[in-house]
Formats: sequence, C-alpha cells, structure tokens
Amino acid sequence: MAEQCAVVGIGQTKHRESRRDVSMPGLIRIAALEALEDADMTFKDVDAIVIGTAPDMFEGIMMPELFLADALGAAGKPIFRVHTAGSVGGSTAVVASHLVQAGVHEKVLTVAFEKQSESNAMWALSPAIPFQPQLVAGAGGYFAPLIRSYIRRADAHPDTGCMVAVKDRAHGMLNPHAHLHLDQSLEEVKAAPMLWDPIRYSETCPSSDGAVAMVLVNQQQAKRVKNPAWVKGTSVRTERTFFAGRDQVNPRAGQQCAKDVYDQAGITNPPVEIDCAEIYVPFSWFEPMWLENLGFAEEGLGWKMTMEGKTKLGADMPINMSGGVMCTNPIGASGMLRFAEAARQVRGTADQHQVDGAKVALGHAFGGGSQFFAAWIVSSER
Amino acid sequence: MRNVAIVSFAQLPSVRVSHATDEAELVQPVTSQAMKQVGITQDDIGFTCSGSTDYLPGRPFSFVAAVDGLKAWPPIRESHVEMDGAFALYEAWVRLLHGDIDTALVFSFGKCSLGPVPDVLNLQNDPYYVQPLGLDSISAAALQAQALIDAGKATERDFAEVAVRNRKNALGNPNAQIKGDFGVDELLEEPYLSSPLRKSFCSPLSDSAAAIVLAAGDAAKKLTKRPAWIRGIDHRTEPHSLGQRDLTSSPSAKLAAEKAGVGKGKVDLAELHAPFAHQELILREALGLGDDVNVNPSGGALAANSLMTAGLIRFGEAASRVLAGKADRAVAHTTNGVCLQHNLVAVLEGE
Repeated sequence: MAEQCAVVGIGQTKHRESRRDVSMPGLIRIAALEALEDADMTFKDVDAIVIGTAPDMFEGIMMPELFLADALGAAGKPIFRVHTAGSVGGSTAVVASHLVQAGVHEKVLTVAFEKQSESNAMWALSPAIPFQPQLVAGAGGYFAPLIRSYIRRADAHPDTGCMVAVKDRAHGMLNPHAHLHLDQSLEEVKAAPMLWDPIRYSETCPSSDGAVAMVLVNQQQAKRVKNPAWVKGTSVRTERTFFAGRDQVNPRAGQQCAKDVYDQAGITNPPVEIDCAEIYVPFSWFEPMWLENLGFAEEGLGWKMTMEGKTKLGADMPINMSGGVMCTNPIGASGMLRFAEAARQVRGTADQHQVDGAKVALGHAFGGGSQFFAAWIVSSER
Repeated sequence: MRNVAIVSFAQLPSVRVSHATDEAELVQPVTSQAMKQVGITQDDIGFTCSGSTDYLPGRPFSFVAAVDGLKAWPPIRESHVEMDGAFALYEAWVRLLHGDIDTALVFSFGKCSLGPVPDVLNLQNDPYYVQPLGLDSISAAALQAQALIDAGKATERDFAEVAVRNRKNALGNPNAQIKGDFGVDELLEEPYLSSPLRKSFCSPLSDSAAAIVLAAGDAAKKLTKRPAWIRGIDHRTEPHSLGQRDLTSSPSAKLAAEKAGVGKGKVDLAELHAPFAHQELILREALGLGDDVNVNPSGGALAANSLMTAGLIRFGEAASRVLAGKADRAVAHTTNGVCLQHNLVAVLEGE
C-alpha cells in the first residue's frame, strides 16, 4: 500500500433509546463535528466521506447518504455508502482507511449512524422471505440456538452470559455516551425474564439512536495531532449463510478475519500482544464465543476467562471497555463504535474506561447470520 | 498508482419481469459467466463487492441472500454498497490499489418488477420536508426537464431525438428491453406521463444482473489480450435539495469528469447513465462530450434500466467495446439520487 493511515479524530453522540431532540442530519453532525474538532479540522478540510448504516428501512429512507450529504458538507466531494449488515460500521471504517492507504485521498471523514426509534428494529430483523419459512422473531431468535450449541459443546457454566451482562453494564457506567447506565448485580440479571432461552432480557443489547465519526488521514496529515492511532491491519471476511456442516458457533470467516489482521500487525500471541479489545457482543454469550473465535482463548475455554473476571477493566484482557453493544446499539454505528473505542484506547483518550498504557487494541464487528466479519488493529506506535 | 483494468463483463438480458425467484438465482449466472470468460473461478478472486438496494425486494438485508449465489467457501474478502454496482466497482478498484491482491469480482442485481419503483424512489428525498409531498421519480425528473426548456437549453424535440437514437442503437443489443426504429414526431404524439416527459423520454423498468471482473497489472494482461484499463475514476455529489441546485447543469458530473481526466484525450464512445432523455443532454455538456462522441451505443438506460445494475452495465458496455478493440478510449458514467445528484465517471483505455 502507498500510505499509512491514522485515526486523528473521534466523535460520538450521547446514545439513547430515542433522540427526539435531533433530526437525522443533526444526529450525525454531532458526531462529525466532534471528530473534526478532535482532528483540528473543519468540513472544508475533508477530501471524501464514507458513511455506513444498516438497512435503510430502519429509518424509512432509501440511500440516506443522498439526503445527509448537505449535513456532512459533502457537496462537490465524493460520498460513499457501505452496507454489510451488522458489521457495517466496521466495514465502513475499513473502506475509509483503504482510501487513505491506497493514496486516493489524504483526509477522510467516516460516519456511521442509526436512528432506530424511527421504526421497530426487532420486527425489521424478522422479515418474511419469499419461499422460506419464517422461523425467527428478532435477532435473538436466530442466535439463541447457536448459544445453546456453544453451552453444550463447551460445557459452559450457565451463569457466563449473566456475568458478561454485569461486567459490560459496569463498564457502561463509566462511559457517559453509553445508552444504558445500569448498576446491576448478578442476581438482578439472572432474575430478568427469559426471551429466547438461554437469552434473558437483561442479556440483550438495547435499541439505540446514535452516531459515531472518525477522521482518518495519511502519515503527513497525522502530524495534526500528538496522539494518532495508527491502523496496523484491516480485514473483512464473509461466508454463506446456510450450508451443511457450517459451524456457526465458531465461524471460519471470523477466525480468518482475525488471523488476517494479526498477520498484518505482526501479532502472534493475541492475548499477550493486544492490550484490550472492543468486540461485537449483541447478546451476552457472544463474549465467550468470540474470545475463542478471535484467538484470545482456546476453543471451549472462553467462558472460563469470563467467569474468572479476566475480561474486566483492570484485569488481564479487558473486553468492551466502553460497555460495548450490550450498553449501546445503534446497529449501523455499533461496529464503528467498536473500532473507535479501540482507537480511543491507544490514543489514551478513553477517560474513565481507559486501559492504563494501552498501546495495541482490536476493534471487531460481525453481522448477518454470524457470517460477515470486519476487524482492525490500531496502535499508538507507527 | 497501480494499473487496474476491467477484463470481463457479463449481464442477464434486461426484461420487464425476470422469473429468477431470488437474489442467488440472479447473481449466480452472471458472476460465474464473467469469471468463466477469463478462465477463473471464485477461488482465484481476491476481493468481491456488490451493489443493491433493499427497497426493490422490500425487505432489509436482501443482499445477504445474494452471497448464497457465490462460492463463498472457504470464506472470502467481501463487501457491499447500498448503491449502484458501479460504486462497488469503485470500492474494488480502491482495494486493488493496495497491491496484495490482483483480482476482484464486482456484481449487482435489481428487480424493478417487484414494486412501484417511481413511487419507491420518493424515499430518496428528504424525509421531513419532501417525502410527504409524494414526489415520485418521474415528476422530479419532469421538473428538471421543464427547467431545461425554460432556460432555453433544450426542447421536447431534443428529448425525443435522444430517445429515438438510444432505442435505435439498442437494436444491436440483444440484452436491451426496449428497442426499435421510432420517429421523433411519433414520440412527440405520446401523452405526457408528467409534463414535459412522455413515456419514451423515460427509462423502462427492468430486471437484470451484471458482473465485472477487475484485475491489476500483469494479472490483467494474463487474463485477456486487451484489458480495458481504468485510467481515471472519480465520483462527486451535490446538495440534496432540488431548490439549492441549478437543475439544468451537473457540476458534480463535470467535476468527476475533470478528476477522471475525460478531457485529456479523444473520447471514442461514452456510456452515460441517463434514466431520462433530457439527462443525457445535461451529462453530455457536463462531461464536455462533442457531437463526434458515440453516446450510448448500447442504447443506454432508455433501452434497459434495472435499478442498481444499469450503472454497472454502462461500465460493462463501455469496457466490452475496448476489450473487443472497437474503441481505444471510452467513458463510463453512473448516477444516483434525484435529478442526477451523485455522479461517478471513469475513463477506460485499451493499450
């Protein structure tokens, strides 16, 4: 590649169930302006914009980048729209970083958002597809059988999912941008109603309105800030939804995506060489599942890391320092929020949820039927 | 920058109603044909990127099913844009510039037969102020056509002449949906759909799918004798609100054409994505194409317009003429949004 890429600006909104106080353009401008200010830039400095959001139907707008172009100062510039299901926020950041790395643009603004209060996401995620039986209600209906399969295969402790919920919500208490601020005990989490066995209500992500933005620049422009986060590796991987013998609990696409970014970043021992990770956990049990898929734990042992408290802030391998998807889930932005939190950590700007001395961090997102993956490694060192 | 070329193109014939039942049935035939033409399979592809919209099938995440039309196992590097397939080609071009992979598969699919497309396109408008007015795509385009007439830049006869020429060109295109040798006066007798637009000044609604194989450097030369090199490619947008724009011109297409280097040499032919006849006039001016340029030898979008695919087909039609040695330098163009808001322009060259 022609250029190195660095994150020099990060912004996000306060995430809430409903941001009735702002329009869609207002929502993305909060995040974009904060990111630009962080990068010591204005809209005029931006060469190109890459925007990501999940299904257009969540907001009832077709190709919202057309209508949002004005709010992002895009007139006369390229604006590009990515959509890769739940992984979209991650894929969007990857596309933006590639524009810089390929030498096409020097300064790229990337934005992801969702205003889920405009519709009902759970039912939007339960489409009746022609010629296919409608089996599921919401994403939980699809993922619960995979979690049951994981518990059986790993002989996992039944409290693991609840432990993740308690931990992520405790992390979210430290993050003023998080949607949910819930101080919950294990007993309270366990007492919540069961939605899709074994997923309790307390083990699901919320449905949020929110936006996140980043400014990505080349090596020359990175001098604008003292603490750029250097992009050391990016990757996307996809596999088909259905075929006989597909392992949806530990998908190969996820493994390969992780291996690809580790190879690019020269990482051979992820739990040792990576200081912290923000990974896409929409239902609590996905933490142990992804710990194994991403190589932080051996297959079948991810749940032990969680139960032993190793994924808490201050422990060996902090996971989802921001509170993660379990506290904040504007779907189209959720992936980029993971990527942005990884960058904040290595820039040392994560405030109360900062991991001391974090130098290398992983951002991760997934989507579809555990089949679309995006990841990046960012580092404080070039 | 690395040289990247189009080495193969395949499309399904554009028809009013395709009986392919799902995305996989649209995608599988064109992607496999595009790869077969240059003797490769999905295992040889470094990156795959597609373009489509959920608002044609009317359900979220419809592109997910398209992956089932690919051999996405072992897992592949793949991405998707909620834009015309030509923008997927742009993303693939950027990806190939990295240098670690040499080939990319680009595809798109669109079935306009599944819904009332002109009304659906109202959903591209500002949801707070314009969508409630029910501004369908034909009415919006009619505002633009009338603005051209009012500015003295064109007449209804000019629109008819564009339609006649495109549909005559389409006679040589087996994949076109509407073709024939029509008379200008004949078209001017058609009733208005939305004044001053008559039916023949508007593109048909088509079902289709298309695929392109890109390759970089020596890999392109190995796959085909005469690759269609992407010498320049750029896209630009404009303010969204129709009231903020001079609808009789296209500054975004003009700027994209400048950045892509359209004016740096003689243009043999141009495939312009103009879903309405008058838009071809605006685009010709914006791209600086003189009367000597063969515009839309395929018949263009007025002969076949499968939403999300028509733009990629413009790239394919332009490239196929370069690949066949019928043109040395061709321009391909794609538009998106109401009244040409967003435009993508590329220059393709033989050796």
